[in-house]
Amino acid sequence: MTGTAQGVDWFTVAPTVLVTATALLVLVADLWLPRRAAGVLTAISVTGTSAALVVVALLWGDARATFCVGGDGALESCSYVVNQLTLVFQAVVLAGTIVVLLLAHAEIGTGEPDRLPGGETGFLVLASATGALVLAAARDLATVVVALEVVSLPAFALVGLRRRSARGAEAALTFFLVSVVSVAVMVYGVGLVYGATGSLHLDRVAGALGDPSNRTAVATAGVVLTLVGLAFKVGAVPFHFWVPDTYAGAPVVVAAYLSVVSKAAGIVGIVVVVGQGFPSYADVWAPAIAVVAVATMTFGNVAALRQRGAVRLLAWSSIAQSGYMLVPLGVASTGVSGGRFGDALSAVVAYVCVYAVVNLAAFGVVAVVSRHRPSGSIEDYRGLAYTEPASAAALGFGLLALAGLPPGVAGLWAKVVVIDSAVSGGAGWLAVAVAVNTVIALAYYLRWAALLFAAPLPGRPAVSYDVPAVSGMAVGLALAAGVVFSVLPQFVLGLADASSGLLG
Amino acid sequence: MTGAVLLHVALGAPLAGTVGLALVPRRIGERRAPITGVVASGVALAALLAVVVLADKDDGGRAQFVTDAAWAPAVDLRWHLGVTGLSLPFAVLTALLVFCCCLYTVRVRPEAGRLRAFIALVLLLEVGMLGTFLALDLLLFFLFFEVVLVPMWFLVAWWGDPHDRPGRTAAATTFILYTLLGSALMLVGFLVVHAHTGTFDMIELADRAGAGLSGGVQFVAALAIVGGLAVKVPVWPLHTWLPDAHAKAPTVGSVLLAGVLLKMGSYGLVRVAVPIVPDGVARLAPVLGGLAVVGIVYGALACLAQRDLKRLVAYSSVGHMGFVVLGVATLTPAGLNGSVYAGLAHGLITGLLFFLAGAIKDRHGTSDFDQLGGGLYARLPRLGALLTFGAVASLGLPGLAGFWGDLLALFGAFRPADLLDRPYFLALLAVALAGLVLTAWYLLATVRRVCQGDDTIGPSLPVLGDVTRLEAVSWGPLVALTLVLGVWPGLVLSLVDPAVQALLGGGGS
Repeated sequence: MTGTAQGVDWFTVAPTVLVTATALLVLVADLWLPRRAAGVLTAISVTGTSAALVVVALLWGDARATFCVGGDGALESCSYVVNQLTLVFQAVVLAGTIVVLLLAHAEIGTGEPDRLPGGETGFLVLASATGALVLAAARDLATVVVALEVVSLPAFALVGLRRRSARGAEAALTFFLVSVVSVAVMVYGVGLVYGATGSLHLDRVAGALGDPSNRTAVATAGVVLTLVGLAFKVGAVPFHFWVPDTYAGAPVVVAAYLSVVSKAAGIVGIVVVVGQGFPSYADVWAPAIAVVAVATMTFGNVAALRQRGAVRLLAWSSIAQSGYMLVPLGVASTGVSGGRFGDALSAVVAYVCVYAVVNLAAFGVVAVVSRHRPSGSIEDYRGLAYTEPASAAALGFGLLALAGLPPGVAGLWAKVVVIDSAVSGGAGWLAVAVAVNTVIALAYYLRWAALLFAAPLPGRPAVSYDVPAVSGMAVGLALAAGVVFSVLPQFVLGLADASSGLLG
Repeated sequence: MTGAVLLHVALGAPLAGTVGLALVPRRIGERRAPITGVVASGVALAALLAVVVLADKDDGGRAQFVTDAAWAPAVDLRWHLGVTGLSLPFAVLTALLVFCCCLYTVRVRPEAGRLRAFIALVLLLEVGMLGTFLALDLLLFFLFFEVVLVPMWFLVAWWGDPHDRPGRTAAATTFILYTLLGSALMLVGFLVVHAHTGTFDMIELADRAGAGLSGGVQFVAALAIVGGLAVKVPVWPLHTWLPDAHAKAPTVGSVLLAGVLLKMGSYGLVRVAVPIVPDGVARLAPVLGGLAVVGIVYGALACLAQRDLKRLVAYSSVGHMGFVVLGVATLTPAGLNGSVYAGLAHGLITGLLFFLAGAIKDRHGTSDFDQLGGGLYARLPRLGALLTFGAVASLGLPGLAGFWGDLLALFGAFRPADLLDRPYFLALLAVALAGLVLTAWYLLATVRRVCQGDDTIGPSLPVLGDVTRLEAVSWGPLVALTLVLGVWPGLVLSLVDPAVQALLGGGGS
């Protein structure tokens, strides 16, 4: 697209620029607006994010690239590539961010101790989302690392945003320490890869690693360590232990953000790095990812069985869900260059889209309820269907979709796609592992879903309150998308058509 | 064209009922629920009866009134519906049982109340059950197969045995986890088939009869599919979810569980497993047959030990489904016909028996034999007579529906498919016959224990009276069909047989 080496195609980077600009605008506007004008801040941030979403829709079509080096005969390598894969993940990030911003609206109120500061919340969420947008487009290891840091740094602050919350501070610290260590490990891995290949651009790294004579222990270690950093981000076992504490200590909307936007960023990071950078090492990373996937889903589900707290349960569930998302990559070894990796990718994309939507629906209701029942136990949801039928319907749908059972049909399709990728990749054991895990998971999802519709206990009336209109809108959006994905699965399953050259 | 529309009406009416009940305000919903249920399930039943009238009955092997549209090409999912001579009887049975259940609920309200949710779930259950029988696409079949799980969980866990709250929740959870494990395995099997054939089309796959699938692949796929369906049927030793679920479920739940849900498993064996992975099933058939006869004997022995009428009927299902599976395992037209017929008869008869057991439990507050004592004839003569009728139908008395299915299944075992070991199946036949004797024993013992003898409860009973008019209306079709299918098996077999012949690859053996 760009003729000169370092020219910038502004249209290509427009979503990122828009969100960055909105983040700064929110921060500045907060200084000038009167204290009670939280609505304006939310309006600004949602408008900016929506505009970015529109640009993503406009970009749909041909692949574009910018920040390129080389060219004019030499091999041209680009650091920022926008293709279907990028756009799908950018859309997920932006849509997820919009829902999170809407949910956060009910929480913000400057000056009150138990509320979130409006300007900072909007700014930090948008800043972190910027990183996620860049990560989806990043095609060199330095950009990947920087983008990952941009996702994480504002997130530390978000987790500890609630003033005078000791738990929040502790959660933020845990998150910070784990994240710093993981990035350090990853940078070390990137350094090794750079040393072995002499390049940071993923396509050049792939070329160098593809040379059998280059297959050294150093390069292998580099590949593995690079992936470790990303595995932290998605909360894969054994790098998952920060997830429950962080989610439970953070404000619920921040946990929602981490479980959807931040996780999607981690997944796209893994996809891009292994698919673009390390295809010739598939025999190393694919079996490793398969084992990690099974461990992640099994451990997450078994631990979730014992949870009684709503957010902790969702935290462990989101760990387990990461395991399902990784399954297609675990069978990608049989031919990265061929169509198989494309199939694996479209399965990952479909799963992430469905997960994002239904998980946000669930988290949205939890965010609303937990404001009235700070204990956060799932017992608080007993009889919700009597007092808040719409919220109960959204949460019930979300939980059953996470379980993959009708009426949450969207989740069923997602599970079908993942199991199919395992079966057609020839890894029957992986398919059976997923099948068994859906059974384990159903036990806790169903227990919670059933509570929603159970009769209230005498002497303890069900939660009753007015759902804030903006929160209702957020949950409604997520629920509507979930229903659309259920009835018209092609829309999400065909998003990333395997034949369309996802990696561009 | 009309037929295809009617099939959609049959699926759409209960779905509309569910959605409608979910959306209307609670007050109206509670009041109008039973009538909504009767109307919605009545429309579905009428539509399917119209399909029966319109269908070309001489061509039961072909899928008729087919709708085939792409739904999600990305996963090769198609909205592919139609009826064959095999699926139509099951679909009509389903619609009939649901209609009877809704009618029954008009008068006999579940003790836990919440009628709106109750009927909405029963109708949603109907969508899943009918869809399973009408689907001609494996993925669609799987979707409908899963639809029934959550409604049935709620039916058992909330409206089940009012005296045993933890017990009924545990029973419901055991049911759903077991069946989900089964159906998830089944899905893996379907996807294996798809990975090697590139299609989910049940008609095309049946026509291919396993062509293009190597022996190893067929074995793996058959293991997953048959194993998964065996949980649903259930085949001994995978039956452990069944007794509790049936015994703890509310009357309507037990009727539909035994009457239809188990048939979804046996229908799947005949419609999916046998034609699509024939070689794989053939390798599993001896094991399946062996487990089936163990189930027959085990079910009968377990029944002899039961102290509770509802549990007894529940365990009797294990034995009866043993005959259904034995028929499949013979891989002969006779055996498969027997399997289908035994399944239909079991749906009618066990449905009736669960209605009766529920009625007895409602009237006495218990279904425990010791507390019931004897003398039902003296106390409630019509109920006693119906129970006796159900029991003798269940033991396979000639002239009633239960007879033909068992006979055909045994006949299949007498002359199994050529590739199977005949002496082995003759041994199975002998064991199954012994099971039949045991079955007669426990059913007659039950009749003697409950119906005959002195009335030990007497007038102290908080009487609802004998069979009410509404009960008679809602049970009447089951009794009538038990008689009709008993004296005129050709009525159904003329539909089923061509379908079975087609699924076995025309000639059979």
